[in-house]
Order: sequence, then structure tokens, then C-alpha cells
Amino acid sequence: MTASPPGREQGLRLLATMWRIRLFEEQVGLLTRAGEVDGLVHLSVGQEGVAAAVCSQLRDDDAVYSGHRAHGHAIAKGAPLGRLLAELMGRDGGLCRGLGGSMHVVDVEHGFMGATGVVGGNIPIALGSALAARLRGLDSVAVVFFGDGAAQAGHFHETVNLASLWALPLILVCENNGFAEFTPRSAHTNVERVSDAVAPYDVERETVDGNDVVAVWDTFGRFLASARGGGGPFLLECLTRRLRGHYEGDATKYERASAENDPIERFRSRFDADEAEAVRAGAEAEVEQAVRFARGSPYPDPGLFAAMVYADA
Amino acid sequence: MAHELPFIAAIDEAIRLEMERDDTVLYFGQNMATTENEPYVDAFGRDRVRVTPISETAEIGIAIGAALSGFRPVVELYMAEFMLVAMDQVINEAPRFRAMSGGQVKVPLVLKAGFGFTAGWAGQHTGTLGALFMGVPGLKVVMPSTAADAKGLMATAIRDDNPVVYLHHYLLTLEHGDVPDGEYLVPFGEAAIRREGGDVTIVATGWTVDRALGAAATLAADGIQAEVIDPRTLAPLDTQTILESVDRTGRLVLVDQATRHASASTVIAGEVAEHGFSSLKAPIVQVTALDATIPYSQPLEAWVLPDEDKIVAAVQQVLGSAPVTA
Repeated sequence: MTASPPGREQGLRLLATMWRIRLFEEQVGLLTRAGEVDGLVHLSVGQEGVAAAVCSQLRDDDAVYSGHRAHGHAIAKGAPLGRLLAELMGRDGGLCRGLGGSMHVVDVEHGFMGATGVVGGNIPIALGSALAARLRGLDSVAVVFFGDGAAQAGHFHETVNLASLWALPLILVCENNGFAEFTPRSAHTNVERVSDAVAPYDVERETVDGNDVVAVWDTFGRFLASARGGGGPFLLECLTRRLRGHYEGDATKYERASAENDPIERFRSRFDADEAEAVRAGAEAEVEQAVRFARGSPYPDPGLFAAMVYADA
Repeated sequence: MAHELPFIAAIDEAIRLEMERDDTVLYFGQNMATTENEPYVDAFGRDRVRVTPISETAEIGIAIGAALSGFRPVVELYMAEFMLVAMDQVINEAPRFRAMSGGQVKVPLVLKAGFGFTAGWAGQHTGTLGALFMGVPGLKVVMPSTAADAKGLMATAIRDDNPVVYLHHYLLTLEHGDVPDGEYLVPFGEAAIRREGGDVTIVATGWTVDRALGAAATLAADGIQAEVIDPRTLAPLDTQTILESVDRTGRLVLVDQATRHASASTVIAGEVAEHGFSSLKAPIVQVTALDATIPYSQPLEAWVLPDEDKIVAAVQQVLGSAPVTA
């Protein structure tokens, strides 16, 4: 099965999604330094192409999971910027009413089933969603984003083995940015490509340039079409670069990425300059609106939390 | 109407009845293809009854994902210690998902595991780990001591909308008891008073409930009437029933097979010390396993564990007396 390449309208939507993620996260960086976002945040600046190309092809009934660097995936899956920012600011208007924060964003309405603060922690959980879809006879799929660091965790290998054994519609999307938290991949493993790590499990796999939105779109689209038709699992490894530290405030010296590795710079040249600028300006206005919404949202009442610990409380 | 069943068959009956009643109930784990599990496969098919590899993290993680998607999985872990391999899923993921999502989701699943196989199974199959889990907000922890409760608490666990750690004591596996027929639910958070008495309150959990009842019979022969309370669920914990009993007796002995500093008894002692201090006529005494890895050698195993003699001695200590002679 093959997927169609993104057309012009879809291309503009992809550019808009990438700009929304980029400008949102740059704003989060500013708000972190200003003390308005006062919890731990990890930004995905430089990796927006993967989130946009993958999530833009999914439906609300497809479950997406992510790790600690999750804002981009949530936005691309449809999470409203205002409620996401309110979550990061610990406000009642946040997606999780301020109880989860950056590392635990969940937006059930849009099928963003959750981020986790433990590397690799929800890779098997995503497989549970894939199992549920298959048991119900649906064509929905589960997608889990993780970094190359998670591929050394047992969670990953246990999940890949079972996904393959049970032939479930799980698409594992690895954003290989070359760093596991603060440490380069070479210090973690002798396996150069994450896609090689799944070879013995008979999982259909591919490694693509993750900063090339079209390449990610095409390969993911092919995997998605197959998963909807009963295939699976798949692993898509996207080589990308993180343009900021592991977390906001990280003082580690990383080698700087060049502009040609920036997925937005590369993709926007396909469009007329004025048209591309209008997309950017539209995203900027949305982010400004989100900041106003989040600042205006009250903090949650402590009484709220007691009712959240147990489902029947 | 009731029928007599061994403890393990009573658990089985609850799972089968719930699987018949609700087709979102799934059952999976290692060795599910063994002879004794064949009836499940025959009745419910390989979609709902699944054999897993030895991958506890994936087994529990998949259960969480399926639960988020509207299923009610029961994961067969066999040994409580095997759950420790997957503590990330048991503690970081399953019980926190609901709170961290601001109440958007629920995670109804049951982690079923045997524990406390103190019959020469040595240091990694004998732990009493309930208290380890009762301190995790979002988890419920069940520890039945009778066949009837084994059935009723399992049915309640499967219908509960939260992750439930269901711990059954391996030494109770073949203990027979009367089990109510058909649908039978035992509510969580309601302790059972197994024996009434006005001189001292003994709170015991799991396998130690019968040891406490044995000790109470011995003490009765000496004219001492012990009240024996079985909390049945450690989370939620029925502190109220315990406090009311202590208010009547003024004396409290706590029995748990767990090592002392990771025992339910230590948690209960704290609650009673804080909320029932004025009722107490003597310091609380705890009868737990020693803070030691359970040894293989039989005499040493017996030495570290609570038993009837130790419970009797503890009661005499809180009564401040040598054995009362009639």
C-alpha cells in the first residue's frame, strides 16, 4: 500500500502545525524564564516535522502516546494551545486541570492518551490501546513516540516482541535526536540505528530523515494504511535534532545544529514567501491568544484533587 | 445457598462469572495455556484469554492501555515478587494516570498475585508485599483470608474502576470454605470482625487471620476474650472498625506476615496512635515477620514469621500479665 504525498493544502496545514509547535514552545521557554511556567518542561524545538507529519494523518480515535517531550505531539494531535499552556502553568483551565503538567499531558477528546515522565514507560500502554482496537474489530491504530534513549529500556523490547507476536496495529515512532537526556547515543549502545534493534522481531521498519517532513509523511502514511488494513506492528525511526537542551535550563554544551536541519526552514521554501509568512503570523496570533487564555485561568481548587485519586471517589 | 470450595477455586469462580457477565473482562498472563487454564480458553477464546511471555512490564502496560480503552483486564502475575519487575507500571503508571489526567480517564484492572509462600520457597517467593502497595495513592489492595471473601473480593475488584492489587496467600490455596452461590460481591473498605471479644483487639491480615483465631481460642481457655478483625482490604483501610474495637477493648495487637517496617500493621499502629490514643490502656504490640529476608531452612523460616505462640505472647504483654489461670 502507498500513501499519497501531501498536496498543497495539506502542505500548508503541515507548515502551520510546525509553526504552532515552534512558536508555542518558544513562548513556553520565555514563560519558564519569567517564572510563569514554574514546573519542569522539555522542549522539542527542531523536531516539529515528525509530530506534524505523523499526527496530521491520524484521527481522533487513533491513540497517541508520548514521552516527556510531548507538547508537539499533543498540539499536532489537536490539543488546543490555550488549554495546553494553561496546563503548563498549573491552571484549572488546563487539559488536565493543572494536575499533570508538561510531562503528563492527556487530551482524551483528541486521542492524545498521554505523556509520561518515565522514559519508555508508556510504550507497552500504547500496545494495550492497539490490542483494544483489534479486539473491537476497529481500524484505528496506536502510535507511540519515544526517543532513542528509550530503545535501551526493557519496556521497548518487551513491547516490540509482543506487538510482533500478536500482530497488533502499533506504530512505534522513534525520534532519534542522538541524545538520551544529556548523553550521546554512542555512550549508550553499539547499535547505530534503532530500526536495527527490532530486526530479529520481524517488524516492518524504516529509518528516514526526520527533518524532511515529506519523507516522514510518506513512510508513516504507508505504515498507517497497512495498519488500518490489519497489518502491524511498524517502527519508524526519524533522525532529527533537538535545538535546545534536554530541559529548559539545561547548561550542557551541545553541538549546535545547522539551519538546514531545521524542518521548518526546509519545508517553507516550497511555498511563496508571503504565503509562508501568513501561516507563521497566524500561528503567532494563536499562541498570543493561548497566553491570554492561560493567564486568565484560575488555579485549581485543592478540593478538586481528592476526587481525582480514585475513579469512584 | 453456598457450596464448599477451596480458596483458589473460589477466586476462579469469580473470574469466570465476571467474564461471562461482561465481555470486556480479559484475562492474561504467563502460563495461561496450562491444563488448569484450558477451561478459560475454551469458554472465552484466545482473544480474551491470552498467554504472555515472561514480560511483566509489557503484560501490565498492555493491561493499562486496554483499560484506558474500555476493557477490564485481569493480569495473572502468579507471584507478587514478579510484579516488582514491573514496578514502573504498577506504581508510576496505572494508579497515577487518572489523577495526572485531571480525571479524564479511569484504569480498571486487576493485578492478581499469590504471596507469602512460606513453605520453603525461600527469599523471593515468600514476601508479604501488601503494605508496599497500600501506600500508593490510586491503587486498591485486597488481601482475602477466607474462600468466600476470595470470591467476593475478586468480583468487586474486577468491577472496580481503579487498578486493584489482588493478593492471595499461597498457604491458603487449598483451604476449603463455604462460598455463596452465583453473583457474590464483598465491598472494599469493610473489615470483618471474625471473633468478638472485650479484652483485646487483634487485627490480622491474610494468612495470619487463622493464626490469630487460633491464638484467640488458646487465650479463651485462659479466660481472655480477644476480638479478631480482618481488614480484608488494605486500601481502602477500614480504620473506623478498628478504632471502634480499640475503644471497647483498650488494647491492640497487630499481626502481619510482612516484615515490620513494610507491614500493614505499622500503618494501622500509626492510625490508632493518632486517632485512638485516649482509648489505649497499654502500648500497641506488633507481631510481624522480622526485618529479614525469609530464610529457606524450615526452623529459621519459622523463627522469622509470626505464629500463634507469638500472638498469644503479644496479647499477654498488652494485658500486662502472665497467663491468667482459671
